Amino acid sequence: MIESLNDSYVDKFNGKLEVLPVFRGETTWQVKLEVLHDVMAALKADGFNYLVDVSSVDNFGEEPRFDMVYELCNYSSTENLRVKCTVSEDDCNVPTVSDLWSTAEWHEREVYDMMGIQFTNHPDLRRILMWDGYPFFPLRKDFPLEGKETDMPDIAFTRPAPLEGGPFVTSPASAASHAAEPRAKDFEDRG
Amino acid sequence: MATEIKQFEYHDAEAKSAEAQDMVGEKLTLSLGPSHPSTHGVLRVVLELDGEIITRADPDIGYLHRGDEKLAENMNWTQFIPYTDRLDYLAPLANNVAYVCAVEKLMELEVPERAEVIRVICCEMARISAHLLGLGAYTMDCGAMTVFLYTFEEREKLYNLIELLTGARFTTSHTRIGGMARDLPDGFIEGLDEFCTQFLPRVDEVDKLLTRNPIFINRTKDVGTISGEDAIDYGLTGPNLRGSGVDFDLRKKRPYLKYDQYDFDVPLGSVGDSYDRYLVRMEEMRQSVRIIRQAIKRLPDGPVMVDDPKNVLPRKDEVLTKMEELIQHFMVATQGAKVPPGEVYFSAENPKGELGFYINSHGGGVPHRLKIRAPSFCNLSILPKILPGHTVSDVVAILGSLDFVMGECDR
Repeated sequence: MIESLNDSYVDKFNGKLEVLPVFRGETTWQVKLEVLHDVMAALKADGFNYLVDVSSVDNFGEEPRFDMVYELCNYSSTENLRVKCTVSEDDCNVPTVSDLWSTAEWHEREVYDMMGIQFTNHPDLRRILMWDGYPFFPLRKDFPLEGKETDMPDIAFTRPAPLEGGPFVTSPASAASHAAEPRAKDFEDRG
Repeated sequence: MATEIKQFEYHDAEAKSAEAQDMVGEKLTLSLGPSHPSTHGVLRVVLELDGEIITRADPDIGYLHRGDEKLAENMNWTQFIPYTDRLDYLAPLANNVAYVCAVEKLMELEVPERAEVIRVICCEMARISAHLLGLGAYTMDCGAMTVFLYTFEEREKLYNLIELLTGARFTTSHTRIGGMARDLPDGFIEGLDEFCTQFLPRVDEVDKLLTRNPIFINRTKDVGTISGEDAIDYGLTGPNLRGSGVDFDLRKKRPYLKYDQYDFDVPLGSVGDSYDRYLVRMEEMRQSVRIIRQAIKRLPDGPVMVDDPKNVLPRKDEVLTKMEELIQHFMVATQGAKVPPGEVYFSAENPKGELGFYINSHGGGVPHRLKIRAPSFCNLSILPKILPGHTVSDVVAILGSLDFVMGECDR
């Protein structure tokens, strides 16, 4: 069924919707931000009644920096479709889809909480996992694994934990093998 | 016999009613949790009450947030398996299976058939034990203490089997990318078969205690009703979705681990209230026993790990005797599996609902992004919609019937 949708949507959103090559049997659409809400509304009308998941990816060092990833499911044909959209750091505003699927309300709160992406017209954009007033966005790549100190000394443990560089934390295998091997790490300058 | 209601006469009834009139409109804010026995973990619900009627509910989650998704970006693929134990900590085996299946989908690994069947057994054992705890706690919250003792005795037997299988009762970490950590131990199949035989009469006993019990029915019938449309709109999955009558089970609709070759039924509710969710879970346990029996029958001989020296640990006896295997062992243990760049989404039907992993890999031995789609997170998001209009005592029944786990919700 998705194959039949591909062409009609590419025609309808001329130049603003691109069908990426099928990977591991999954279809992904790359959509421009200005038509994101229209595409999602049209998809909902076409039977994608279940919004499975909303996630975000931080491609730190690239421009545009963020990816929004929506995973949709059609309950009658049981097919999944992924819709992706790039978001730049300077204009971190994504139209909400919580008016189409109520489940998006919490998913988007989590994306805002973890990644710092704002959602326009969201009914209740508060932090959800971290506490109100927490100043950082912990899933961004420039946030260190060990954490950062915050100003809530009596309420929560906010000192950085010596996790990064610890014995069980691995570096990417692209690093030289003597550096990637966890036991080779120098624990003296952990700080 | 009809109860006789006596009318008492107050001397200053007028003054009392005037006082009561003044109270109307003043609302009380009650914070339920984060440490309250009925919130099963560390959920906090801020309730706005008018008398005993809830007018607004605002769930406050995140007390168990450990940053699993951040941690995943800083370790290799194999190292994350123990972290999946701590998502839905009532069904760690099922989480292990869902995670490695997601990674294997990205790597295009085909696991041996024996490993697949063992995984099915693991998933269904996890489902039974999670439902046993869910039902026991739910009914205890509704005042039926005995059921809790029955279900916990059965769960204990199941945990003994899991201990035999994996060496641990809770933190199993039993799957590996490419198969299972080890083969079935001696006596496991016999023990499992014996468990199945004596388990079904026990389910019937629980059924007799609850299904036609007027107290339990009064507490749960027409309480927390969720329509099918609302359930889909809020992304509910698992028994909570099927309790609302939506026929969607990933094992049937998008079969993984060859679930399409097993014969089982998917129970559905008709009303969508707390009582329906109880009925669905009861029947799912019986169906899981059916699946386990079929899995035992079809269990083939053969290896439980795929033969792929670049990605999976070689056999221990070979590591200790052969040079080549020793080097492979070192490379796999320190650098993990070689996972190609790309992105996949894989979801499995866990006891609580659809547990999904969205994996974005740039290669290089660690995930670039690993998003966990937690069923309890979505199941709880419907609370602000269904709680208003109920009394405070109904909250306990509704929370019990939704059967959530905060470890998975907060990640």
